[in-house]
Amino acid sequence: MKLPVKMTINGQTHSHEVEPRLLLVHYIREVIGLTGTHVGCDTSQCGACTILLDGQAVKACTLFAVQADGARIMTIEGLAKNGELHPIQMGFWEKHGLQCGFCTPGMIMAAYQLLERYPKPSEEQIRHQLEGNLCRCTGYHNIVKAIQWAADNMPAKR
Amino acid sequence: MYPAAFEYHAPTSVKDALKLLAKLKDDAKLLAGGHSLVPMMKLRLAQPGHLIDLRKVKGLSGIKEEKAALVIGAMTTHWAIESSKAAKAKLPVLAEVAGIIGDPAVRNKGTLGGSVAHADPAADWPAAMLALGAEMVCEGPKGKRTVKADDWFVGLMTTAAKGNEILTAIRVPVWPAGSGAAYMKFPHPASRFAVVGVCAAVTLDKQGVCTRAGVAVTGAGTRAVRARGVEAALTGKKLDAAAIEAAAQKAADGVDVQADLQGSVEYKAHLCRVFARRAISEAVKRAGG
Ligand SMILES: Cc1cc2nc3c(=O)[nH]c(=O)nc-3n(C[C@H](O)[C@H](O)[C@H](O)COP(=O)(O)OP(=O)(O)OC[C@H]3O[C@@H](n4cnc5c(N)ncnc54)[C@H](O)[C@@H]3O)c2cc1C
Ligand code: FES
Ligand code: FES
Repeated sequence: MKLPVKMTINGQTHSHEVEPRLLLVHYIREVIGLTGTHVGCDTSQCGACTILLDGQAVKACTLFAVQADGARIMTIEGLAKNGELHPIQMGFWEKHGLQCGFCTPGMIMAAYQLLERYPKPSEEQIRHQLEGNLCRCTGYHNIVKAIQWAADNMPAKR
Repeated sequence: MYPAAFEYHAPTSVKDALKLLAKLKDDAKLLAGGHSLVPMMKLRLAQPGHLIDLRKVKGLSGIKEEKAALVIGAMTTHWAIESSKAAKAKLPVLAEVAGIIGDPAVRNKGTLGGSVAHADPAADWPAAMLALGAEMVCEGPKGKRTVKADDWFVGLMTTAAKGNEILTAIRVPVWPAGSGAAYMKFPHPASRFAVVGVCAAVTLDKQGVCTRAGVAVTGAGTRAVRARGVEAALTGKKLDAAAIEAAAQKAADGVDVQADLQGSVEYKAHLCRVFARRAISEAVKRAGG
């Protein structure tokens, strides 16, 4: 039996009827059409599908869309404002924090939460907080530098 | 990967959730954070016909401070415990355990109740629950009952909870002044689950003599267990390096150590002893010894 779900994604409200077994990541990619959130492992390990659900980084491949009914979601597409990249996105650009880019949306969403919880993170904190995000290209070094760059260039919180 | 089709329920009270459980029986599974159940459903290792999501049930999350205990709602997430001021002040080992489970996204969704109800042999919480002497509070059709951690973990992914019950809270006693506790694990490099994990808690008197010890091992066998031989060897002694080393030698006694992809029986038994020594040493240090 399909069930109604309603959620806000990047500031826009969406309502649909979905099968309970529809995964949130497939709802976001295939029903809403936001394909920036990736599916890597599909087994909760790689973090390519990381999004923010009510402000918390979660793996969208390990949640059903019905569990997000009523939630506020942000995906990678919600970061840039008026064509201007977010400081984390700028950091990945400046510090060459990506190669193929497959892990990047998940890395950036994980980094977003990381910098909210630890605004001036040490290298060790960054590495510990990224344990759920795998990258097969960069060796993580430049990802750490990108996040340090973002920490140094975040506008002060109002 | 799509799980088998199921029907979804999101009751708002324990009473309604219990009614659904009574009606749907074995065809239903409770859903907490879903970070054990959903992966199993995707692999079709579990195919429940109904999911009863507890996320809207009132009163199941949060940490309440009692005089000599923290009462943690079953739906309290690992992150909520990792970042809890009450936990850090009263039982910092809980924040320590929570902070090394999986990764931040897993900790945002996974719950204490889900972990102890699931009783994965490599889960971290069971060791802490056993070492600290926690109690599980369950609600069923006949009302509430409390089960000691010692009686809770009965076998591989099997607990003392009955199919018609819901675990609503976990009561963890706060140890008295002069106590310290620590959790140390050898994490699986991919999942961070414990290949072997040891939680140790000790109370020292003014002379530095151990008056009480709680030590438990997870990961090595089919279920987490108390290391009673270690506890007995610590109690009544001044815990210098030699006493700790001698006690830690008993860490694998009584554990049904299983060989698996991570290592042989001998290797995992060795890890039990090494991590027991490290956890006890740290607990003693934190107790001021
Ligand atoms: C990538 C990854 C890495 C992980 N790493 C670790 C790790 O390092 N250490 C570790 O300990 N764990 C780890 N986990 C497991 C994680 O901690 C789980 O979240 C936890 O074991 C289960 O909690 P949950 O809330 O997700 O439960 P769920 O998956 O929702 O439920 C698990 C089981 O418990 C039952 N249940 C849930 N709540 C209740 C209740 N209140 N009453 C009765 N039954 C209930 C369910 O019916 C189900 O059978 C990892 C998981 C993933 C996906
Ligand atoms: S696709 Fe979700 S964790 Fe890999
Ligand atoms: S940049 Fe290719 S996987 Fe990370």
